Amino acid sequence: MSLGTRDDRGALAATAGAPRVPHLRRRRLQLYEPVQKRTYWSLAVVSLCAVFGFWALLSYTGAVQNLFLPTPTQVWQAAVTENNTGILWPDVGASVLRIVLGFVISSVVAIPVGMLMGSYKVFEAALEPPIDFMRYTPAVAFIPLTLIWFGTSTTQKLVILFIAIFFQEVLLIMDNVKNVPMPFVDMAYTLGLSPAQVVRRVIFRAALPGIVDTLRISMGWGWTYLVVVELVGATDGLGFQIQQAQRYLDTPEIILGIIIIGVLGLIFDFSFKGVYARAFPYMSRRR
Amino acid sequence: MAATLVLKGVDKTFHSRRTSVHALDNVDLTLEDGEFVSVVGASGCGKSTLLRIVAGLEAASGGELTLDGAPLTGPGRDRGMVFQQYTLYPWLCAQDNVEFGLRHLPRAQRCEVARRFLDVVGLLDFAGSYPFQLSGGMQQRVAIARALALRPSILLMDEPFGALDAQTRSLMQELLLSIWERDRLSVLFVTHDIDEAIFLADRICVLSAKPGRVREIIDVHLPRPRQFAQQVEREFLELKQYVRSLIHDEAARNTGFSGVLQ
Repeated sequence: MSLGTRDDRGALAATAGAPRVPHLRRRRLQLYEPVQKRTYWSLAVVSLCAVFGFWALLSYTGAVQNLFLPTPTQVWQAAVTENNTGILWPDVGASVLRIVLGFVISSVVAIPVGMLMGSYKVFEAALEPPIDFMRYTPAVAFIPLTLIWFGTSTTQKLVILFIAIFFQEVLLIMDNVKNVPMPFVDMAYTLGLSPAQVVRRVIFRAALPGIVDTLRISMGWGWTYLVVVELVGATDGLGFQIQQAQRYLDTPEIILGIIIIGVLGLIFDFSFKGVYARAFPYMSRRR
Repeated sequence: MAATLVLKGVDKTFHSRRTSVHALDNVDLTLEDGEFVSVVGASGCGKSTLLRIVAGLEAASGGELTLDGAPLTGPGRDRGMVFQQYTLYPWLCAQDNVEFGLRHLPRAQRCEVARRFLDVVGLLDFAGSYPFQLSGGMQQRVAIARALALRPSILLMDEPFGALDAQTRSLMQELLLSIWERDRLSVLFVTHDIDEAIFLADRICVLSAKPGRVREIIDVHLPRPRQFAQQVEREFLELKQYVRSLIHDEAARNTGFSGVLQ
Protein backbone atom coordinates (compact mmCIF):
# COMPACT_ATOMS: atom_id res chain seq x y z
CA MET A 1 0.00 0.00 0.00
CA SER A 2 2.66 2.41 0.97
CA LEU A 3 4.50 1.61 -2.21
CA GLY A 4 1.42 2.46 -4.26
CA THR A 5 0.96 5.75 -2.52
CA ARG A 6 4.55 6.70 -3.09
CA ASP A 7 4.21 5.97 -6.78
CA ASP A 8 1.02 7.98 -7.00
CA ARG A 9 2.61 10.92 -5.33
CA GLY A 10 5.60 10.78 -7.64
CA ALA A 11 3.33 10.64 -10.66
CA LEU A 12 1.25 13.51 -9.35
CA ALA A 13 4.28 15.70 -8.74
CA ALA A 14 5.65 14.88 -12.17
CA THR A 15 2.44 15.58 -14.06
CA ALA A 16 1.42 18.68 -12.15
CA GLY A 17 4.94 20.07 -12.45
CA ALA A 18 4.70 21.14 -8.81
CA PRO A 19 7.59 19.84 -6.72
CA ARG A 20 5.57 20.28 -3.54
CA VAL A 21 4.88 17.16 -1.60
CA PRO A 22 1.77 17.68 0.48
CA HIS A 23 3.26 15.89 3.49
CA LEU A 24 6.22 18.23 3.58
CA ARG A 25 4.31 21.48 3.53
CA ARG A 26 5.45 24.07 6.01
CA ARG A 27 3.93 23.61 9.40
CA ARG A 28 3.23 26.38 11.81
CA LEU A 29 4.95 24.70 14.74
CA GLN A 30 8.32 23.25 13.86
CA LEU A 31 10.51 21.59 16.45
CA TYR A 32 13.35 23.93 17.50
CA GLU A 33 12.42 26.32 14.72
CA PRO A 34 13.69 29.78 15.71
CA VAL A 35 11.11 32.57 15.78
CA GLN A 36 11.58 36.16 14.73
CA LYS A 37 12.49 38.67 17.38
CA ARG A 38 9.22 40.52 16.81
CA THR A 39 7.19 37.34 17.20
CA TYR A 40 9.08 36.51 20.38
CA TRP A 41 8.43 39.86 21.98
CA SER A 42 4.83 40.14 20.92
CA LEU A 43 4.11 36.68 22.32
CA ALA A 44 5.82 37.66 25.58
CA VAL A 45 3.77 40.86 25.83
CA VAL A 46 0.54 39.02 24.99
CA SER A 47 1.09 36.42 27.70
CA LEU A 48 1.95 39.05 30.29
CA CYS A 49 -1.14 41.05 29.30
CA ALA A 50 -3.24 37.92 29.64
CA VAL A 51 -2.12 37.44 33.24
CA PHE A 52 -2.72 41.09 33.97
CA GLY A 53 -6.12 40.98 32.27
CA PHE A 54 -7.17 37.94 34.28
CA TRP A 55 -6.21 39.73 37.47
CA ALA A 56 -8.06 42.87 36.40
CA LEU A 57 -11.14 40.87 35.49
CA LEU A 58 -11.29 39.07 38.82
CA SER A 59 -10.67 42.18 40.90
CA TYR A 60 -12.56 44.99 39.10
CA THR A 61 -15.71 42.93 38.66
CA GLY A 62 -15.71 42.06 42.33
CA ALA A 63 -15.61 38.37 41.56
CA VAL A 64 -13.02 38.18 44.30
CA GLN A 65 -13.27 40.58 47.24
CA ASN A 66 -10.75 43.40 47.12
CA LEU A 67 -9.51 42.53 50.58
CA PHE A 68 -8.23 39.25 49.16
CA LEU A 69 -7.34 40.42 45.67
CA PRO A 70 -6.88 44.18 45.30
CA THR A 71 -7.39 45.89 41.95
CA PRO A 72 -4.42 47.04 39.84
CA THR A 73 -5.45 50.61 40.71
CA GLN A 74 -5.12 49.92 44.42
CA VAL A 75 -1.71 48.36 43.92
CA TRP A 76 -0.61 51.34 41.85
CA GLN A 77 -1.83 53.67 44.60
CA ALA A 78 0.14 51.65 47.16
CA ALA A 79 3.23 52.07 45.01
CA VAL A 80 2.70 55.83 44.72
CA THR A 81 2.14 56.20 48.48
CA GLU A 82 5.19 54.12 49.36
CA ASN A 83 7.29 56.03 46.90
CA ASN A 84 6.14 59.36 48.33
CA THR A 85 6.67 58.38 51.96
CA GLY A 86 10.09 57.08 50.96
CA ILE A 87 9.81 53.55 52.33
CA LEU A 88 9.75 51.70 48.99
CA TRP A 89 13.24 52.18 47.65
CA PRO A 90 15.22 51.50 50.83
CA ASP A 91 13.50 48.10 51.05
CA VAL A 92 14.22 47.36 47.39
CA GLY A 93 17.81 48.49 47.88
CA ALA A 94 18.28 46.32 50.97
CA SER A 95 17.01 43.22 49.18
CA VAL A 96 19.02 43.83 46.01
CA LEU A 97 22.19 44.42 48.03
CA ARG A 98 21.66 41.15 49.93
CA ILE A 99 20.93 39.08 46.88
CA VAL A 100 23.88 40.48 44.95
CA LEU A 101 26.27 40.01 47.89
CA GLY A 102 24.98 36.52 48.68
CA PHE A 103 25.13 35.51 45.05
CA VAL A 104 28.61 36.92 44.47
CA ILE A 105 30.08 35.33 47.62
CA SER A 106 28.55 31.93 46.77
CA SER A 107 29.69 32.07 43.15
CA VAL A 108 33.20 33.24 43.94
CA VAL A 109 33.63 30.12 46.05
CA ALA A 110 31.56 27.77 43.87
CA ILE A 111 33.36 28.44 40.59
CA PRO A 112 36.89 27.40 41.67
CA VAL A 113 35.62 24.54 43.85
CA GLY A 114 33.34 23.28 41.08
CA MET A 115 36.21 23.58 38.60
CA LEU A 116 38.45 21.44 40.80
CA MET A 117 35.71 18.87 41.44
CA GLY A 118 34.93 18.60 37.75
CA SER A 119 38.56 18.37 36.65
CA TYR A 120 40.07 16.17 39.35
CA LYS A 121 38.36 13.04 40.62
CA VAL A 122 40.06 13.28 44.02
CA PHE A 123 38.34 16.59 44.75
CA GLU A 124 35.04 15.15 43.59
CA ALA A 125 35.47 12.14 45.88
CA ALA A 126 36.41 14.27 48.85
CA LEU A 127 33.82 17.02 48.47
CA GLU A 128 30.75 15.60 46.83
CA PRO A 129 29.34 13.66 49.83
CA PRO A 130 29.39 16.58 52.30
CA ILE A 131 28.10 18.94 49.63
CA ASP A 132 25.31 16.55 48.72
CA PHE A 133 24.40 16.28 52.39
CA MET A 134 24.13 20.04 52.70
CA ARG A 135 22.25 20.27 49.44
CA TYR A 136 19.49 18.02 50.69
CA THR A 137 19.20 19.85 54.01
CA PRO A 138 16.66 22.63 53.42
CA ALA A 139 18.36 25.98 53.78
CA VAL A 140 15.35 27.31 55.68
CA ALA A 141 16.06 24.78 58.42
CA PHE A 142 19.14 26.83 59.23
CA ILE A 143 17.20 30.05 59.82
CA PRO A 144 16.56 29.49 63.55
CA LEU A 145 20.15 28.47 64.15
CA THR A 146 21.59 31.40 62.21
CA LEU A 147 19.27 33.79 64.06
CA ILE A 148 20.76 32.56 67.32
CA TRP A 149 24.28 32.89 65.93
CA PHE A 150 24.05 36.17 64.07
CA GLY A 151 20.76 37.81 65.08
CA THR A 152 18.82 39.55 62.31
CA SER A 153 22.00 41.03 60.86
CA THR A 154 22.98 41.11 57.21
CA THR A 155 25.50 38.38 58.00
CA GLN A 156 22.65 36.06 58.93
CA LYS A 157 20.94 36.72 55.58
CA LEU A 158 24.14 36.11 53.69
CA VAL A 159 24.80 32.86 55.53
CA ILE A 160 21.37 31.55 54.58
CA LEU A 161 21.81 32.70 50.99
CA PHE A 162 25.18 30.98 50.87
CA ILE A 163 23.71 27.72 52.15
CA ALA A 164 20.83 28.00 49.71
CA ILE A 165 22.89 28.90 46.64
CA PHE A 166 26.39 27.48 47.01
CA PHE A 167 25.69 23.79 47.46
CA GLN A 168 23.43 23.62 44.41
CA GLU A 169 25.63 25.85 42.33
CA VAL A 170 28.88 24.01 42.96
CA LEU A 171 27.51 20.66 41.78
CA LEU A 172 26.06 22.19 38.63
CA ILE A 173 29.39 23.84 37.88
CA MET A 174 31.12 20.51 38.41
CA ASP A 175 28.78 19.06 35.77
CA ASN A 176 29.43 21.98 33.42
CA VAL A 177 33.11 21.17 33.68
CA LYS A 178 32.61 17.45 33.18
CA ASN A 179 30.67 18.13 29.99
CA VAL A 180 33.65 19.74 28.29
CA PRO A 181 34.40 17.55 25.24
CA MET A 182 37.48 15.43 25.84
CA PRO A 183 39.02 16.25 22.43
CA PHE A 184 39.41 19.88 23.58
CA VAL A 185 41.64 18.62 26.37
CA ASP A 186 43.57 16.16 24.21
CA MET A 187 44.15 18.83 21.64
CA ALA A 188 45.52 21.22 24.25
CA TYR A 189 48.03 18.59 25.37
CA THR A 190 49.22 18.04 21.82
CA LEU A 191 49.62 21.81 21.52
CA GLY A 192 52.07 21.70 24.39
CA LEU A 193 49.97 22.97 27.31
CA SER A 194 50.60 21.80 30.87
CA PRO A 195 47.72 20.32 32.92
CA ALA A 196 47.37 23.57 34.88
CA GLN A 197 47.21 25.55 31.65
CA VAL A 198 44.65 23.12 30.27
CA VAL A 199 42.39 23.70 33.29
CA ARG A 200 42.68 27.45 33.04
CA ARG A 201 42.78 28.07 29.33
CA VAL A 202 40.69 25.24 27.92
CA ILE A 203 38.45 23.58 30.49
CA PHE A 204 37.37 26.82 32.15
CA ARG A 205 36.85 28.55 28.85
CA ALA A 206 34.92 25.64 27.37
CA ALA A 207 32.73 25.31 30.47
CA LEU A 208 32.10 29.05 30.77
CA PRO A 209 28.82 29.22 28.81
CA GLY A 210 27.41 26.45 31.00
CA ILE A 211 28.72 28.17 34.11
CA VAL A 212 27.04 31.46 33.18
CA ASP A 213 23.77 29.58 32.75
CA THR A 214 24.29 27.98 36.15
CA LEU A 215 24.83 31.42 37.68
CA ARG A 216 21.59 32.64 36.14
CA ILE A 217 19.64 29.74 37.60
CA SER A 218 21.35 30.09 40.99
CA MET A 219 20.32 33.73 41.13
CA GLY A 220 16.72 32.57 40.77
CA TRP A 221 16.96 30.28 43.80
CA GLY A 222 18.61 33.11 45.66
CA TRP A 223 15.47 35.25 45.36
CA THR A 224 13.25 32.58 46.85
CA TYR A 225 15.45 32.15 49.89
CA LEU A 226 16.06 35.86 50.32
CA VAL A 227 12.35 36.52 50.64
CA VAL A 228 11.91 33.61 53.04
CA VAL A 229 14.72 34.82 55.24
CA GLU A 230 13.37 38.38 55.19
CA LEU A 231 9.88 37.18 56.08
CA VAL A 232 11.15 35.38 59.16
CA GLY A 233 13.55 37.79 60.77
CA ALA A 234 14.40 41.13 59.22
CA THR A 235 14.00 44.83 59.83
CA ASP A 236 13.95 45.86 56.18
CA GLY A 237 13.80 44.41 52.68
CA LEU A 238 11.00 43.36 50.37
CA GLY A 239 10.22 40.23 52.37
CA PHE A 240 9.96 42.34 55.51
CA GLN A 241 7.68 44.76 53.69
CA ILE A 242 5.37 41.92 52.64
CA GLN A 243 5.35 40.49 56.13
CA GLN A 244 4.47 43.88 57.65
CA ALA A 245 1.71 44.40 55.12
CA GLN A 246 0.22 41.04 56.04
CA ARG A 247 0.01 42.15 59.66
CA TYR A 248 -2.25 45.06 58.63
CA LEU A 249 -4.16 43.07 55.99
CA ASP A 250 -2.70 45.50 53.45
CA THR A 251 -3.06 43.25 50.42
CA PRO A 252 -2.21 45.91 47.81
CA GLU A 253 1.20 46.26 49.41
CA ILE A 254 1.70 42.49 49.45
CA ILE A 255 0.90 42.29 45.76
CA LEU A 256 3.18 45.28 45.14
CA GLY A 257 6.05 43.48 46.88
CA ILE A 258 5.46 40.34 44.84
CA ILE A 259 5.37 42.29 41.58
CA ILE A 260 8.60 44.12 42.41
CA ILE A 261 10.35 40.84 43.16
CA GLY A 262 9.09 39.38 39.89
CA VAL A 263 10.22 42.39 37.90
CA LEU A 264 13.66 42.40 39.56
CA GLY A 265 13.99 38.68 38.83
CA LEU A 266 13.09 39.30 35.21
CA ILE A 267 15.66 42.10 34.94
CA PHE A 268 18.44 39.95 36.40
CA ASP A 269 17.50 37.01 34.20
CA PHE A 270 17.46 39.08 31.04
CA SER A 271 20.79 40.68 31.97
CA PHE A 272 22.32 37.24 32.27
CA LYS A 273 20.82 36.17 28.95
CA GLY A 274 22.12 39.35 27.34
CA VAL A 275 25.62 38.73 28.64
CA TYR A 276 25.41 35.12 27.47
CA ALA A 277 24.31 36.01 23.95
CA ARG A 278 26.99 38.65 23.63
CA ALA A 279 29.85 36.66 25.14
CA PHE A 280 29.09 33.31 23.50
CA PRO A 281 27.71 33.96 20.03
CA TYR A 282 28.93 30.53 18.97
CA MET A 283 26.53 28.82 21.37
CA SER A 284 23.39 29.96 19.59
CA ARG A 285 24.08 27.68 16.65
CA ARG A 286 22.52 24.28 17.20
CA ARG A 287 24.95 21.58 16.18
CA MET B 1 62.15 19.03 9.73
CA ALA B 2 60.83 15.53 9.26
CA ALA B 3 61.82 12.66 11.51
CA THR B 4 61.91 8.92 11.83
CA LEU B 5 59.34 7.34 14.09
CA VAL B 6 60.01 3.82 15.33
CA LEU B 7 57.47 1.66 17.14
CA LYS B 8 58.81 -1.57 18.59
CA GLY B 9 56.56 -4.18 20.13
CA VAL B 10 53.95 -1.63 21.17
CA ASP B 11 51.31 -3.19 23.34
CA LYS B 12 48.18 -1.75 24.87
CA THR B 13 45.69 -3.29 27.26
CA PHE B 14 42.80 -1.30 28.70
CA HIS B 15 41.78 -2.37 32.15
CA SER B 16 38.38 -1.69 33.58
CA ARG B 17 36.94 -3.02 36.81
CA ARG B 18 35.72 -6.33 35.44
CA THR B 19 37.42 -6.86 32.12
CA SER B 20 40.52 -5.97 30.27
CA VAL B 21 40.69 -5.37 26.56
CA HIS B 22 43.80 -6.17 24.62
CA ALA B 23 43.76 -3.37 22.07
CA LEU B 24 47.21 -3.54 20.50
CA ASP B 25 49.53 -6.50 20.33
CA ASN B 26 53.19 -6.23 19.54
CA VAL B 27 52.94 -3.52 16.89
CA ASP B 28 56.14 -2.86 14.95
CA LEU B 29 56.11 0.08 12.58
CA THR B 30 58.77 2.38 11.26
CA LEU B 31 57.95 5.69 9.67
CA GLU B 32 60.91 6.89 7.65
CA ASP B 33 61.88 10.51 7.41
CA GLY B 34 59.31 12.27 5.23
CA GLU B 35 57.21 9.20 4.65
CA PHE B 36 53.43 9.12 4.44
CA VAL B 37 51.93 6.05 6.12
CA SER B 38 48.22 5.28 6.35
CA VAL B 39 46.85 2.99 9.02
CA VAL B 40 43.66 1.14 8.11
CA GLY B 41 41.68 -1.60 9.76
CA ALA B 42 38.23 -2.74 10.78
CA SER B 43 36.51 -0.59 13.36
CA GLY B 44 37.76 -1.35 16.83
CA CYS B 45 41.14 -2.57 15.62
CA GLY B 46 42.92 -0.02 17.76
CA LYS B 47 44.14 2.26 14.98
CA SER B 48 43.08 5.39 16.84
CA THR B 49 44.61 4.02 20.02
CA LEU B 50 47.86 3.54 18.17
CA LEU B 51 47.81 7.16 17.07
CA ARG B 52 46.93 8.38 20.55
CA ILE B 53 49.89 6.45 21.93
CA VAL B 54 52.21 8.08 19.41
CA ALA B 55 50.69 11.47 20.30
CA GLY B 56 51.44 10.76 23.94
CA LEU B 57 47.80 11.00 24.98
CA GLU B 58 47.74 7.36 25.99
CA ALA B 59 50.56 5.37 27.56
CA ALA B 60 51.60 2.11 25.94
CA SER B 61 51.38 -0.95 28.18
CA GLY B 62 54.57 -2.26 26.66
CA GLY B 63 57.07 -1.70 23.90
CA GLU B 64 59.15 1.23 22.78
CA LEU B 65 58.45 4.38 20.82
CA THR B 66 61.21 6.62 19.59
CA LEU B 67 61.27 9.74 17.47
CA ASP B 68 64.69 10.25 15.91
CA GLY B 69 66.09 7.95 18.54
CA ALA B 70 64.63 9.79 21.52
CA PRO B 71 61.99 7.91 23.51
CA LEU B 72 58.48 9.36 23.47
CA THR B 73 57.00 9.78 26.92
CA GLY B 74 54.22 12.35 26.72
CA PRO B 75 52.54 14.76 24.34
CA GLY B 76 54.65 17.43 22.72
CA ARG B 77 54.83 20.05 20.02
CA ASP B 78 57.12 17.84 17.93
CA ARG B 79 54.01 15.89 16.90
CA GLY B 80 51.16 17.88 15.39
CA MET B 81 47.77 16.27 15.74
CA VAL B 82 44.56 16.71 13.75
CA PHE B 83 41.38 15.16 15.16
CA GLN B 84 38.13 14.31 13.44
CA GLN B 85 35.77 16.30 15.63
CA TYR B 86 35.80 19.24 18.03
CA THR B 87 38.97 20.22 16.27
CA LEU B 88 38.87 23.95 16.92
CA TYR B 89 38.16 25.95 20.06
CA PRO B 90 34.81 27.60 19.34
CA TRP B 91 35.58 30.68 21.41
CA LEU B 92 38.64 31.57 19.36
CA CYS B 93 38.78 32.91 15.81
CA ALA B 94 40.79 31.00 13.20
CA GLN B 95 43.88 33.12 13.79
CA ASP B 96 43.75 32.66 17.57
CA ASN B 97 43.15 28.95 17.17
CA VAL B 98 46.34 28.66 15.17
CA GLU B 99 48.22 30.86 17.63
CA PHE B 100 46.99 28.78 20.56
CA GLY B 101 49.85 26.33 20.31
CA LEU B 102 52.46 29.04 19.79
CA ARG B 103 52.55 30.52 23.27
CA HIS B 104 56.27 29.89 23.46
CA LEU B 105 56.88 32.43 20.70
CA PRO B 106 56.88 36.23 21.10
CA ARG B 107 53.56 37.81 20.18
CA ALA B 108 54.57 39.36 16.88
CA GLN B 109 56.13 36.16 15.64
CA ARG B 110 53.10 34.16 16.75
CA CYS B 111 50.86 36.32 14.62
CA GLU B 112 53.16 36.09 11.62
CA VAL B 113 53.50 32.29 11.83
CA ALA B 114 49.73 31.88 12.18
CA ARG B 115 49.10 34.03 9.14
CA ARG B 116 51.66 32.15 7.12
CA PHE B 117 50.02 28.80 7.77
CA LEU B 118 46.50 30.09 7.30
CA ASP B 119 47.78 31.17 3.92
CA VAL B 120 49.15 27.67 3.26
CA VAL B 121 45.64 26.22 3.68
CA GLY B 122 44.13 29.12 1.74
CA LEU B 123 42.22 30.70 4.60
CA LEU B 124 44.07 33.94 5.20
CA ASP B 125 40.89 35.86 4.38
CA PHE B 126 39.09 34.01 7.16
CA ALA B 127 41.66 34.69 9.89
CA GLY B 128 39.10 36.62 11.93
CA SER B 129 36.24 34.15 11.45
CA TYR B 130 35.01 31.95 14.25
CA PRO B 131 34.63 28.20 13.78
CA PHE B 132 30.81 28.40 13.73
CA GLN B 133 31.11 30.73 10.76
CA LEU B 134 33.24 28.23 8.83
CA SER B 135 32.22 25.07 7.00
CA GLY B 136 33.41 21.69 8.24
CA GLY B 137 36.11 21.54 5.59
CA MET B 138 37.35 25.03 6.41
CA GLN B 139 37.49 24.13 10.09
CA GLN B 140 39.65 21.13 9.28
CA ARG B 141 41.92 23.32 7.17
CA VAL B 142 42.41 25.64 10.15
CA ALA B 143 43.14 22.57 12.28
CA ILE B 144 45.78 21.50 9.78
CA ALA B 145 47.26 25.00 9.76
CA ARG B 146 47.43 24.89 13.54
CA ALA B 147 49.22 21.54 13.54
CA LEU B 148 51.65 22.73 10.86
CA ALA B 149 52.33 26.00 12.68
CA LEU B 150 53.94 24.03 15.50
CA ARG B 151 56.59 23.07 12.93
CA PRO B 152 56.27 19.45 14.00
CA SER B 153 58.57 16.76 12.74
CA ILE B 154 55.59 14.47 12.25
CA LEU B 155 51.92 15.00 11.56
CA LEU B 156 49.41 12.67 13.25
CA MET B 157 45.96 12.59 11.70
CA ASP B 158 43.03 10.67 13.20
CA GLU B 159 40.38 10.32 10.49
CA PRO B 160 40.64 14.04 9.90
CA PHE B 161 38.29 14.05 6.90
CA GLY B 162 35.90 11.41 8.25
CA ALA B 163 33.11 13.88 9.00
CA LEU B 164 33.28 15.69 5.65
CA ASP B 165 31.19 15.11 2.54
CA ALA B 166 32.77 13.18 -0.34
CA GLN B 167 33.62 16.22 -2.50
CA THR B 168 35.16 18.23 0.31
CA ARG B 169 37.01 15.16 1.49
CA SER B 170 38.59 14.62 -1.88
CA LEU B 171 39.67 18.27 -2.10
CA MET B 172 41.13 18.06 1.38
CA GLN B 173 43.16 15.03 0.36
CA GLU B 174 44.63 16.90 -2.56
CA LEU B 175 45.37 19.91 -0.35
CA LEU B 176 47.10 17.70 2.20
CA LEU B 177 49.17 16.03 -0.52
CA SER B 178 50.24 19.35 -1.98
CA ILE B 179 51.39 20.52 1.46
CA TRP B 180 53.18 17.24 2.01
CA GLU B 181 54.88 17.33 -1.39
CA ARG B 182 56.29 20.72 -0.49
CA ASP B 183 57.28 20.21 3.16
CA ARG B 184 57.98 16.46 3.13
CA LEU B 185 56.77 15.96 6.67
CA SER B 186 56.40 12.47 8.06
CA VAL B 187 52.67 11.75 8.26
CA LEU B 188 50.87 9.01 10.16
CA PHE B 189 47.32 8.97 8.88
CA VAL B 190 44.55 6.88 10.42
CA THR B 191 41.44 6.27 8.33
CA HIS B 192 38.81 3.66 7.62
CA ASP B 193 38.48 4.87 4.04
CA ILE B 194 40.59 2.57 1.86
CA ASP B 195 40.59 4.87 -1.18
CA GLU B 196 41.88 7.65 1.01
CA ALA B 197 44.55 5.43 2.53
CA ILE B 198 45.87 4.34 -0.88
CA PHE B 199 45.59 7.72 -2.56
CA LEU B 200 47.64 9.46 0.11
CA ALA B 201 50.20 7.00 1.34
CA ASP B 202 53.62 5.58 0.51
CA ARG B 203 52.78 2.58 2.62
CA ILE B 204 49.61 1.21 4.14
CA CYS B 205 49.66 -0.50 7.49
CA VAL B 206 46.69 -2.88 7.75
CA LEU B 207 45.76 -3.75 11.31
CA SER B 208 43.83 -6.85 12.28
CA ALA B 209 41.35 -6.52 15.09
CA LYS B 210 41.08 -7.75 18.66
CA PRO B 211 43.87 -7.46 19.47
CA GLY B 212 45.22 -5.02 16.93
CA ARG B 213 48.19 -6.57 15.16
CA VAL B 214 50.01 -5.51 12.04
CA ARG B 215 48.40 -7.77 9.47
CA GLU B 216 50.40 -6.51 6.56
CA ILE B 217 52.33 -3.48 5.45
CA ILE B 218 51.73 -2.73 1.78
CA ASP B 219 53.85 -0.52 -0.43
CA VAL B 220 51.96 1.83 -2.68
CA HIS B 221 53.88 2.31 -5.91
CA LEU B 222 51.54 4.78 -7.57
CA PRO B 223 53.59 7.60 -9.10
CA ARG B 224 53.73 10.98 -7.40
CA PRO B 225 52.57 13.66 -7.44
CA ARG B 226 49.27 11.85 -7.20
CA GLN B 227 46.33 12.91 -9.31
CA PHE B 228 42.68 12.52 -8.53
CA ALA B 229 42.25 10.53 -11.76
CA GLN B 230 44.60 7.82 -10.55
CA GLN B 231 41.83 6.51 -8.35
CA VAL B 232 40.22 4.72 -11.31
CA GLU B 233 43.40 3.22 -12.67
CA ARG B 234 43.88 -0.51 -12.67
CA GLU B 235 46.75 -0.60 -10.19
CA PHE B 236 44.82 1.51 -7.72
CA LEU B 237 41.73 -0.64 -8.00
CA GLU B 238 43.65 -3.88 -7.59
CA LEU B 239 45.32 -2.56 -4.50
CA LYS B 240 41.99 -1.40 -3.17
CA GLN B 241 40.45 -4.81 -3.78
CA TYR B 242 43.32 -6.45 -1.95
CA VAL B 243 43.15 -4.18 1.11
CA ARG B 244 39.39 -4.50 1.18
CA SER B 245 39.53 -8.24 1.30
CA LEU B 246 42.07 -8.13 4.12
CA ILE B 247 39.88 -5.90 6.21
CA HIS B 248 36.58 -7.44 5.26
CA ASP B 249 37.41 -10.88 6.59
CA GLU B 250 38.62 -9.30 9.81
CA ALA B 251 35.52 -7.20 10.25
CA ALA B 252 33.18 -10.11 9.61
CA ARG B 253 35.05 -12.34 12.01
CA ASN B 254 35.16 -9.83 14.82
CA THR B 255 31.74 -8.27 14.79
CA GLY B 256 29.63 -11.41 14.72
CA PHE B 257 28.64 -10.91 11.11
CA SER B 258 30.22 -14.13 9.85
CA GLY B 259 27.52 -16.25 11.43
CA VAL B 260 24.76 -14.30 9.72
CA LEU B 261 26.34 -13.68 6.34
CA GLN B 262 26.83 -17.08 4.82
